[in-house]
Amino acid sequence: MNHASEEQLVDAYYGNGTEVRTHLNECPECRATFERLQEHLDSMRDYPAPERGPSYGGEVWSRLLPHLPPARSRRVWFRWWTLAPVLATVLVIAFVAGMLTERRVQVAGTPEKARERVLLIAVSRHLERSQIVLSEIANGNAANIDFSAERERARDLLDDNRLLRQSAARNGDAVDASLLDELERVLLDVANSPAEMSAGDFQALQNRIDSEGLLFKVRITSSDDRFKGQKL
Amino acid sequence: MEWTDAAAAEEARKGNQHAFRVLVERHSHSVFRLAFRMSGNEQDAEDLVQETFLRAYKQMHRFDGRAAFGTWLYRICANCSLDLLRARKSRRELQPLDEKDDARSWLDRVATPEPSPERLTHSGQIMSLLEPALNRLSEMERAAFVLRHYEGCDIEEIARTLGVQANAAKHSVFRAVQKLRRALEPAWGAVR
Repeated sequence: MNHASEEQLVDAYYGNGTEVRTHLNECPECRATFERLQEHLDSMRDYPAPERGPSYGGEVWSRLLPHLPPARSRRVWFRWWTLAPVLATVLVIAFVAGMLTERRVQVAGTPEKARERVLLIAVSRHLERSQIVLSEIANGNAANIDFSAERERARDLLDDNRLLRQSAARNGDAVDASLLDELERVLLDVANSPAEMSAGDFQALQNRIDSEGLLFKVRITSSDDRFKGQKL
Repeated sequence: MEWTDAAAAEEARKGNQHAFRVLVERHSHSVFRLAFRMSGNEQDAEDLVQETFLRAYKQMHRFDGRAAFGTWLYRICANCSLDLLRARKSRRELQPLDEKDDARSWLDRVATPEPSPERLTHSGQIMSLLEPALNRLSEMERAAFVLRHYEGCDIEEIARTLGVQANAAKHSVFRAVQKLRRALEPAWGAVR
């Protein structure tokens, strides 16, 4: 056998490659290379995670419980939701106004960061509102679905979503643009769904949200954007 | 009587929330460790733990008992982590972190109460370089390496978990090892 390649040695380190391991017994050069690799990989074994106390499992359960289906009462959040489109529209209008006056703003020397901050916060809030709709669907019960409320909210969100997606793309924020694109496709489906969905269609929609990890990505990005916006 | 994982999972599939709670309490520590190694960040790891159990709960009907419940849970956690790493990586490219600060804060979080002088020298140097180096891996490389090196998964298991061919999983591990060795060379050079 020729000298073992690095890839074969890595394989051998993790317990595979009988032929290579035999070769190592016969070839001092490869053995030296392997021992060095072993030393390096062994030294990376110690990667401690922060300790969690004995009650950690219970804490995780307590945090998890409110998020488990069945969903929270629809009536409770619906009350404050009625104000959300107004707030969102104000935010989007402010953002668009900022975009339209961009040239003047630059001449006046206003930091470009302000525009970025407004966009990040607008996206973050939009994602927070979208998250509520997605959560309701993801945690909803497939039996006796009245889909009219979700449909209306998805329609409200769609216009903002398009605008924010275009702005994110123009701003070079590929992550937000891609997520908003993904979200838009789901919102579009929800907005165009019949008011009373069949259990099968509803389940398919839940699976789609679930399999794409959309809710999770929306949550992460919303929190990231808020954090980044606050830092600017 | 204490439930085995299989019995608790079977009960949880029938909608028994208490059985699912048993599984959560039993596996939270190990899921957190995996999540932390995948993300390198305590807050992200907590989010990943929650998301993992949430997905597991919703997908209990898909758990067929062929793999151990812990293995199934690991797969879910690894997939959640990939989603997170993809999002984080793109952001890091837009806003590079100060590597020294990154390494320091990570060390501060995980440092043992009484580190030995040896740990503070050689191991300390390695640790200070390891997390930034892991952050520079592609999300697939990091996930594959963590599963292989820290969780002891074989290549087929990694491939199934990450939804790629075995060759791709193997190559990801190899690329990760190459990159990490290159990044950690200064620490090893110092003790020669």
